[in-house]
Amino acid sequence: MSNRAKLFIPAAFFAVMLGLLLYGLFHDPSKVPSALISRPMPVFTRPNLFKDSATVSNEQLKGGIFLVNVWATWCPPCHAEHPYLVEISEREKDVTFVGINYKDDAQAARDFLQERGNPFKISLSDLDGTLGIDLGVAGAPETFLIDAAGTIRYKHIGAIDNRVWEEKFVPLLAQLR
Amino acid sequence: MLRKICVLLMALSWLLPAVAAIEEVNFNDAQQLQRYKALIAELRCPMCLNANLAGSDAPIAADLRAEIHKQILAGKSDAQILEFLTARYGEFILYKPPLHWATSLLWFTPPLLLLLGFFVLRRMLAASRQQAAEPEQLSKHEQEQLQRLLQQDQQG
Repeated sequence: MSNRAKLFIPAAFFAVMLGLLLYGLFHDPSKVPSALISRPMPVFTRPNLFKDSATVSNEQLKGGIFLVNVWATWCPPCHAEHPYLVEISEREKDVTFVGINYKDDAQAARDFLQERGNPFKISLSDLDGTLGIDLGVAGAPETFLIDAAGTIRYKHIGAIDNRVWEEKFVPLLAQLR
Repeated sequence: MLRKICVLLMALSWLLPAVAAIEEVNFNDAQQLQRYKALIAELRCPMCLNANLAGSDAPIAADLRAEIHKQILAGKSDAQILEFLTARYGEFILYKPPLHWATSLLWFTPPLLLLLGFFVLRRMLAASRQQAAEPEQLSKHEQEQLQRLLQQDQQG
């Protein structure tokens, strides 16, 4: 290599480092990709939130598009996204909204939904958070999109707002319909 | 006096996180406890980016510690427990990622950079040693120039 070419080595090194650092700057490390994307919904049976004697199982989450929202009354971002969930559940009639009440007090959860509107057609309670572990949930809220075959197609970490809905969910839903 | 005590307490307050996450865990034998401690030390809390399960106060870290505890008591091997967790939380949860193409850069860059450093250092040392060994020789042209200058000096 000529001496002249060698002079460009530090510049090239700098450019690579700059590229990596820029990538790091615009990359949110808290958004962990889910290991469950394109895997089937885990097998589960949990009590129905509104009826202690009844249960909800993964078999009920098949044959249509399901939006599964993991929420709790103790979680402030869940409160924040709640009105929007109610709004889209009224708009998107062909999507079945499922609420997994995560490590919560069932009575408090029922009161919350009665008071502020219930976006969920199906509500179940995951008292000890073990279904959360099976779904790779790190904290509430998290929202999964399930296709007609019962396969998890997308997971969103954090609250859903209009921007998230339009950017992430709408294109995927168009694909699934 | 009271002020001094307050200052002392504040100065020691950084120690507080160190006593986080202490739960009572019961095992059948010391080896199981050892495995539990090793696992929660090498697994990452999925919520907190840079804390292991042992050192995190996040609710999910407590749940995962409980899950690991349960599985050890149920006779699961370390490999089975790691598989269970990575199937759910991905390799993000492993502080020691397995070696495959996506992680090869992570594994090989540090030793490669170290080798490169040794290589550069050796070349630099060799160059400086060579310089020290043979004192600067003037080229033929330079010798002539020097002679001419010296002669000019004597004449002038």
